[in-house]
Amino acid sequence: MEETCELLHPIDRWLKTERMPHIWCPGCGVGPTIHAWVRALERVGIEKEKVVYVSGIGCCGRGSGYLDVDGFHTTHGRAIPFAVGLKLANPELCVTVISGDGDLFAIGGNHFIHACRRNNDLLVICVNNFIYGMTGGQLAPTTPHGGYSTTSPYGNIEHPFNTPHLADAAGAVYVARWTSIHVRELELSIAEALRMKGFRYIEVLSPCPVNFGRRNNFPEPDAMAKWFAQSSVIMHGADTSKVAIDMGKPIILGNFVKREGKPTYYELLRKLEEMRRKR
Amino acid sequence: MPAGSKLLPSQKVKISRGKVHIIEERCKGCGLCTDFCPKQVLHRSERVNEKGYHLVEVIEEPEKGKFCVACGFCQIICPEYAIWVEKREEYV
Amino acid sequence: MGKAVLTGRHFWYGNIAIAEGAIAAGCRFFAGYPITPASEIAEHISRRFPEVGGIFVQFEDELASMAAILGASWAGVKSMTATSGPGFSLMMENIGLGVMMEVPVVVVDVQRGAPSTGLPTLTAQGDVMQAKWGSHGQYEIIALSPESPQEAFDLTIRCFNLAEKYRVPTILLASESVCHSAGKVVVPPEEEIEIVYRKKPSVPPDEYLPYKPDEDLIPPMACAGEGYSIKTTGLTHDERGYPDTTPEAQEKLVKRLNDKIRMHREEIVEVEEDFMDDAEIAVVSYGQVSRPAKRAVKMAREEGIKAGSIRLITVWPFAEHIIRKWAKQVDFFVVPELNYGQIYLEVKREACGNAETILVPRMGGRLITPEEIYHEIKKVVGR
Repeated sequence: MEETCELLHPIDRWLKTERMPHIWCPGCGVGPTIHAWVRALERVGIEKEKVVYVSGIGCCGRGSGYLDVDGFHTTHGRAIPFAVGLKLANPELCVTVISGDGDLFAIGGNHFIHACRRNNDLLVICVNNFIYGMTGGQLAPTTPHGGYSTTSPYGNIEHPFNTPHLADAAGAVYVARWTSIHVRELELSIAEALRMKGFRYIEVLSPCPVNFGRRNNFPEPDAMAKWFAQSSVIMHGADTSKVAIDMGKPIILGNFVKREGKPTYYELLRKLEEMRRKR
Repeated sequence: MPAGSKLLPSQKVKISRGKVHIIEERCKGCGLCTDFCPKQVLHRSERVNEKGYHLVEVIEEPEKGKFCVACGFCQIICPEYAIWVEKREEYV
Repeated sequence: MGKAVLTGRHFWYGNIAIAEGAIAAGCRFFAGYPITPASEIAEHISRRFPEVGGIFVQFEDELASMAAILGASWAGVKSMTATSGPGFSLMMENIGLGVMMEVPVVVVDVQRGAPSTGLPTLTAQGDVMQAKWGSHGQYEIIALSPESPQEAFDLTIRCFNLAEKYRVPTILLASESVCHSAGKVVVPPEEEIEIVYRKKPSVPPDEYLPYKPDEDLIPPMACAGEGYSIKTTGLTHDERGYPDTTPEAQEKLVKRLNDKIRMHREEIVEVEEDFMDDAEIAVVSYGQVSRPAKRAVKMAREEGIKAGSIRLITVWPFAEHIIRKWAKQVDFFVVPELNYGQIYLEVKREACGNAETILVPRMGGRLITPEEIYHEIKKVVGR
């Protein structure tokens, strides 16, 4: 029995299918991450019309254009402030920023920590592939120490950010790390985050076979995925200061931080208006 | 019967069966589904799609325990949204 | 809720007038970063917004402020930021995004002495060309320049109306000397204030294309959460909002982004002309320099010199049709401005050799006096 199976993929309901295949390279982790996010939205039961996807620049930036939800492909590093404005102006919306490590932690690093601090009501998913993929493999603030890139041809002398620790220290109410092959755990983690309010951060380690893997002893499209599968250790509630990524050492995954009861910026703003009225 | 499986006293286990669908024009042949399929039913094929990527094909060998059990992992790990599994329940 | 429109007569600083003008225009989202000499706008709005249900956020920088007002506008809320030169430079990045995504927002630039940190507390008009050309690429933008606190109020409202109508970031190009001087501001009754809202789609979501323009070249704007599955990007895009990085798509989009302003130039451009009927010398000015300029023209008239004044209320798009028209009548354009020649270049270009253009420059720091402009008028008489 040969049947055509066009448009029957369960995610197709959420995709601009006419835009498939997408631009991402074979083995890239952006696709599975977005897929996990979509399944989490379905799991939590969020209306499609209320879903807003904001992205910055880079490989991940393209994601917002592929889904059949309101999608905003903004400037490099500014996805978070754009999303902060959008969400504050219409608090009914479910706003998620899915962007890359360069976008969120290099050019957009300041916006990230301040949105954490302010506790803006956003879910931020960082697809961390350790490299600038779109521009051809330059050094990122997450490239492991010693890692090779087109701008660190003799090995990276810098030290990468431990992004869960950064988010934790800046006050994010939810912090987790998964990889793009831990897709079931990732889906559940995103669902948990979607049910919360405030600044929620999930780092998703992702293969970049073409621009990171190729230069760092992961020559096949699936080699980085295998590295994640072999080296990952799940430790829920782990001390985020101890989860930095170092080549050759175990990668710590898990749901690290869950802070209850911290009011969001918007809630405090409305409370302030209320207080002023009563005065 | 895969090694390590425990049989229920009735000797009858309800096992899901699945049919794998591959949207060929989306596949980029990265190999993630073939690596992570717990039943090893997905294989890299010599056929290529119009973009020149080697496609994935389904080869089931039920007598060796190699058949799709509809775990759906290939569906959610595929970076291309190119593979999905239709779940059918069967008794073995 | 408190009153949004403070109908009545007030004695306000320019910065307060701008803040109140924004509130009267329906602005309910403000994002900004402190900077002299614009901070009073944010301060006043932070106090007033809780009374009218607005959202005020002090961001970590101007990059974020500009990005945030674009986001808020996409959520359907009229949005504004206010800054001065150094912050204006940082905003250029997302002003470009606003142009590309066609987002109605208002940016107030209270000009101060520059380049760089320059003269934080003193006036200038050095950002005129930056307002037009500051972000990369070719685009058209709208910029209005107030001469007084009253006009700061009025033009802030007009900025919102133009931004909404043409779907373009609109700049209020003010200056320290207007924003830090106090003057009478009359706020009309709410019902007398004209308020414009962006065009909404008239087709159901499955037929809606976010960048399909009407005949006026402006596409109707659906907002986030309205069910239209908006696609928008800073990349060159097609009518669906999908990236289309072909030369053809670039040609079509960039041309339309420019033409949608150019084709409405005469509608957008507002000038004030005094004594122009028989003028042989025209003083072309904008912003607070218009006040000494008009005084100088009066002084010249008292001496029997046929001088007139053209005040550019709209700085961008440039009033080229006006200058071209008067170039056929006058012999000289005298252009006083607080820089080393910016609008002067535009006037000279449009005079097309029909009239001579003379710059009266001041680098900033203080205003040009009526006497100084009058002196220049006298110099050209009889040449």
